[in-house]
Amino acid sequence: MELYQKTAAELSRLLQDKEITAVEVFNSFTERIDEVDPHLKVFITCTLDSALETAAAVDRRRMENEELHPLAGVPVAIKDNFCTEGIKTTCASKMLESYIPPYDAAVVEKLKRIGMPILGKTNMDEFAMGSSTENSAFFVTRNPWDLERVPGGSSGGSAAAVAAGMVPLALGSDTGGSIRQPAALCGITGLRPTYGRVSRYGLIAFASSLDQIGPLALNALDCSLLLEVIAGYDQRDSTSLPHEVPQYSAAAGRELEGVRIGLIEENISANFDPEIKFAVLKMAALLEENGARITEVSLPHTDYGLSAYYLIAPSEAASNLGRYDGVRYGYSADGDNIISLFSRTRGQGFGAEVKRRIMIGTYSLSAGYYDAYYLQAMKVRTLIRRDYEKAFQNFDILVGATTPTPAFKLGEKADDPLKMYLSDVCNITDALAGVPSLSIPAGLHSSGLPMGMQLTAAPLNEGLLFQAAAVLEKCSDSPPQQRTALNLTGRGEL
Amino acid sequence: MSDDFIREVEHVARLARLSLSSEEKELMADQLSAILETARKVREIDTVGIEPTAHVFSIPAFLREDVIYPSLPVEKVLQNAPKKMKSYFRVPSITVIEEE
Amino acid sequence: MEFETVIGLEIHLELQTRSKLFCSCSTAFGREPNTSCCPVCLGLPGSLPVLNRKAVELAIIAALSLQSEIQKESRFDRKNYYYPDLPKAYQISQYDRPLALGGFIEMKNEGVKRKINLERIHIEEDPGKLMHSGESIFDSDYSLVDYNRAGIPLLEIVTKPDLRSGREARLFLEELRCILLYSGSSDCRMEQGSLRCDANISLRPAGSKTLGTRTEVKNMNSFRAVEMALDYEAGRQAAILSAGGSIIQQTCHWDEGDRKAIPLRGKEGSSDYRYFPEPDLLPLILKSDYIETLAASLPELPSQRRIRLMEEYGLDPADAAILTENRSLGDLFEVAAGEYKDYRNLARWVRGDLLYLLKGNDRNPSEVAPSLLIELLTMLDEGEINRPVAKDLLANIVKNGTNPRELVQQKGLGRIADREKLQPVVEKVLAENKDAVDSIKQGRKKAFAFLVGKVMAATAGRADPEKVQKLLRELIN
Repeated sequence: MELYQKTAAELSRLLQDKEITAVEVFNSFTERIDEVDPHLKVFITCTLDSALETAAAVDRRRMENEELHPLAGVPVAIKDNFCTEGIKTTCASKMLESYIPPYDAAVVEKLKRIGMPILGKTNMDEFAMGSSTENSAFFVTRNPWDLERVPGGSSGGSAAAVAAGMVPLALGSDTGGSIRQPAALCGITGLRPTYGRVSRYGLIAFASSLDQIGPLALNALDCSLLLEVIAGYDQRDSTSLPHEVPQYSAAAGRELEGVRIGLIEENISANFDPEIKFAVLKMAALLEENGARITEVSLPHTDYGLSAYYLIAPSEAASNLGRYDGVRYGYSADGDNIISLFSRTRGQGFGAEVKRRIMIGTYSLSAGYYDAYYLQAMKVRTLIRRDYEKAFQNFDILVGATTPTPAFKLGEKADDPLKMYLSDVCNITDALAGVPSLSIPAGLHSSGLPMGMQLTAAPLNEGLLFQAAAVLEKCSDSPPQQRTALNLTGRGEL
Repeated sequence: MSDDFIREVEHVARLARLSLSSEEKELMADQLSAILETARKVREIDTVGIEPTAHVFSIPAFLREDVIYPSLPVEKVLQNAPKKMKSYFRVPSITVIEEE
Repeated sequence: MEFETVIGLEIHLELQTRSKLFCSCSTAFGREPNTSCCPVCLGLPGSLPVLNRKAVELAIIAALSLQSEIQKESRFDRKNYYYPDLPKAYQISQYDRPLALGGFIEMKNEGVKRKINLERIHIEEDPGKLMHSGESIFDSDYSLVDYNRAGIPLLEIVTKPDLRSGREARLFLEELRCILLYSGSSDCRMEQGSLRCDANISLRPAGSKTLGTRTEVKNMNSFRAVEMALDYEAGRQAAILSAGGSIIQQTCHWDEGDRKAIPLRGKEGSSDYRYFPEPDLLPLILKSDYIETLAASLPELPSQRRIRLMEEYGLDPADAAILTENRSLGDLFEVAAGEYKDYRNLARWVRGDLLYLLKGNDRNPSEVAPSLLIELLTMLDEGEINRPVAKDLLANIVKNGTNPRELVQQKGLGRIADREKLQPVVEKVLAENKDAVDSIKQGRKKAFAFLVGKVMAATAGRADPEKVQKLLRELIN
C-alpha cells in the first residue's frame, strides 16, 4: 500500500514511530497529485515548496526528539477561501484572481504552528456559492469516482482531493452544506462543526451567521483529529464559542448503548433516490444492532428551510461582498467616475451565481421588502432552531440522507439555479440552527457512485457524531480506502 | 418578464453597484422571479410573536481592552491596491449625479 | 408672516480611546497616510470586528452625563452604502436598538431657561478620509483615500427638533462640549474633526405645531459656522416661503468662504441603507451594576458646578463661568480653596494671572501644585512680598514648579520695610530728582507718585510702598 492511501491517523502513527519521514509522506502525496490533478483539477494554487520545507523541518525536529503534535508532518489542503499570508487567495473568483493577503487565517496559523505541510489551495464555487464547484471562475473540478460528474460544492476541490488520495486531510467551509454535500458526493467524511466552534477569522465571508469551517477526511477518526487542531476560542472572532475543546478522537472507541437516534422523516423523503433512502435505513439498522434506539422524528419547519436560507445567506452575502469595489484590492475595472468604477468592477469581476445572490440579498434587504423577506426569514430561522431544540430533548443524534441523489453530471444543473439549490436541501436546516452535522459514506449506489448519510447532534456534541460514525465504520466490511476513489490508481482508469 | 420587474431589477442592481448587460438583466429577471417565488414560501408561516434569529447562540459579547498593536506596514496596506499615489489609494472623480 | 425656526442636530463625537473601535490600530491624529491600518479597518477579506471595551465605557459615560437612558441590550447593525472612504461598503452602527434613548441638556439663552431634548445616542465607526485633487470635491479629476480614520469610534447624538435659532444651536453645542469635556469621553476638537455637526432645519408659521419641509445642512466646521449657516438657511427658507414658494427637501453644503449653503444635487436622495443586524458582533448586553458603577464615578455636571461655585464660594457669575468652562482650572481652584479662604481673591488670581500664564506657557492647570499657589497668596497677604514680585513668583511656579518661599529666601526678594535700609535709597532718589521735590513743594501730587516709583525701581519692586511714602513725606518736609 502506498503512503497516499493511508489515513491521517495511520500516517501519524508511522511518523511518530519514525518508520517513515514527513518528506517521504510529502513525496508520496505530491507524486499522486502530479498523477491525478491534471484529470481532476483540484488545486488553484500549489504550495509545494513551503510544504516541503515544513515537512523537512518536522523531520529535523523529530530527529532531535522534540515533542511534536501527532499530526506534524501530515499533509493537508485548504479551500481557497482561507487567507494565507503572501500566498494568493482567490475564492475562485476573477475578483480576487491575484489577491495576496497580508495575514493568515486563524486555522492556517494553527496548521502551521503544529507543522502540517499545506500542499495547496483547492478549487471551490466562487465565494463558496454553489453546490458543484462549477461556479469557479477558473476551471471545473471533477469527481474522482466519475470524471463526467461534479464533486459537489462548494468545497468540491477539498473533497475530491481527499477522495483521490491527493491529501489525507483537507479543510472546507460550510455555509449551507458546502462540506457535507461534497463529502457525500465524493464518498468521504466531512464535518460541519457547531457554529462558533472554529474561528472564522481569515475565512473570506459568504454569510457570516452561517459560515463555519470544518474538516474533510477519509473517516471519522481523521476528522476528529483535525477538528482538535482547528477548534477553540479565538478573541478575534466575536462569535467564537469559549467552551473548552474536548479530545474528540477519544470518542471513536465508545459504545452506542442507550444512545437515542431520531430518523428525520424529512431527510429520507419520498422524492429522494430510493437507493439512498435504503442505504440510510440500513445504516440506521446497524446503529440499532449496536445498542442505539431508533425512532422516526419530524422537524416540521424543514420545508421552509430552503426558502429562509436563500434569503438570509444572500442578504448577508450582498453586504459581505460590498467591499469588492476595485479601490483597495482585487479586480478593478476602468471607470471615469466612482460609480462606474464600482459598478463595472463588480459587474465584470463577479460570476453569474455571485451576482444572482447579491441581487436576491440586496432585494430582500431593501426598503419595502425587508419585513416580508429578510425579517420573516429570520423569524422562520427561530422556528427551525426550536424544531431542533425540541428534537434534542428526546434524541442524541438525528440521522438522514446527506443528499437526495448521488453526484450529478457536469452541466446538469448549471443553468437552473433552483435545481442546484435543491441539492443542499438536507444540509440547510442544520446550518440555520448552528448545530454540528457530519456526513459519512453510506455505501455505493448501483451506479457505482458513493452515497452519504448525515448525522446531526446538539450544539457542541461533535464527539457523539464521531462515536456513532466510528461504530458504523467498524461494522462495515471494507476499509475506508476501498470506500473511496483511491482504487482508481492508473491513468487509464481516470 | 414584466417591464415593472425589469425596472425593479435595474433598481436593485444600482443599489448593489452591479453593471448588468441587457441580456444579463433579462436572464436575471427570470431567475430572480423564480427564486423569489420559492423564497416567498417563508411568508406562508404565521410568525406573530416570534423573535427573529440574528445569531444562533447568545453568549456574552467579548470586549477587547483598549490596547494598541502595531498596524500593517504601509507597503502591505497598499500592496494589492489597483491604483495608488504616494501613500494613498487613488480613485476617480467622486462627483457623479446618480439618476434614479 | 412670522416664522418659527425648528432645528435638530446630529452630532458626531470622537470617543477618546487609544485604539480604534473594532481593531487595535492607533487613533492618534496626524499620522502619515494609511499607516494606522490593519486587515480589520481596511475591511480586508476574512477580517472580523472586535468591540473596544473603553469605547463602550466612554459612550456610556457620555450618555449618562446627558441624562440619557442606557439600554440594557443594544445591537450593532450594518449600514450599507458605497463610498470609497468606506472600506467594507457598510458602516457598523446601531440602528433600531441604540445604546441610549432620550436625555437632555438644560441651558440659558439670553437669560431664558431652555431644555433641549435628545432623541438617542449610539456608537458607530468613522469612515476614512478623502483628499481631492482639485479645489473641492466638485472640480476634482481624482481623489486620494487615507484609511487612518476608518474605524475610529464615534458617538452619534441626535437631538429632538427643539432648537429655535442658529444662536441657540451654537449655545447648545458649547454646553454639550463642556459636558463631554467634563465627562472625559471626548476631546471635542472640531478642527481635528473629533466633533462634527449636521443639522436639519425647517420653518413653520409661528404658533403652528406641524413641522415644515426641512433641509439638511452639512460641512459646518466650527460652532460659529453652525450659527451662521443655520441663520443663513433660515433666512433663505423664510424668503422662499414669504414669496409663496415651497421648500425642497435637500442636503446643503455650507461654504465657509462664500458664507452660503449650497444644495448638493443627486446625493443618494432617497437613501436605502439596507440596515440589518451585524452578524459578526453579538448584542451588547450591559449589567445594571456596571452601569451604576459608571454612573457613580460620573463627575458633577458643569451647570451644577457653576451654581455651586457661586453658592459655596460666593463667586460672581463671570468668575464661576470661567472656572467651570475649564474643568481642571476649576479643580485647582477648589483644592486651593480648601486651605485658602479668601475665595474671591483666589478666584481672581486663578482666572486672571494664572490662566494667562498657563496659556502663554502651554501648561495645564493640573500641572500646578495648589500648595505653591496657597503659599504665594499667603506671603502676599501677610506683606512678605509685593504684588509685582508675586507675579514673577507665579510665573516661576507655572514654568518650573518653584517654591515661592524658597525663591524669595534664595534671591532675597522679600519686602524691604526697615528704615535703615530704605532711608539711604530714598535720600539718593531725592538727591537725584531735585526738580520733582520742587514740584511737590509747589503742590503737584503727580511728582510724588513719580518719586515712589523711582524708589520701587531702585529696590527691584521690593520696598514696602507704605513705608516708602511715609519716609518720602518725612524727608521732603
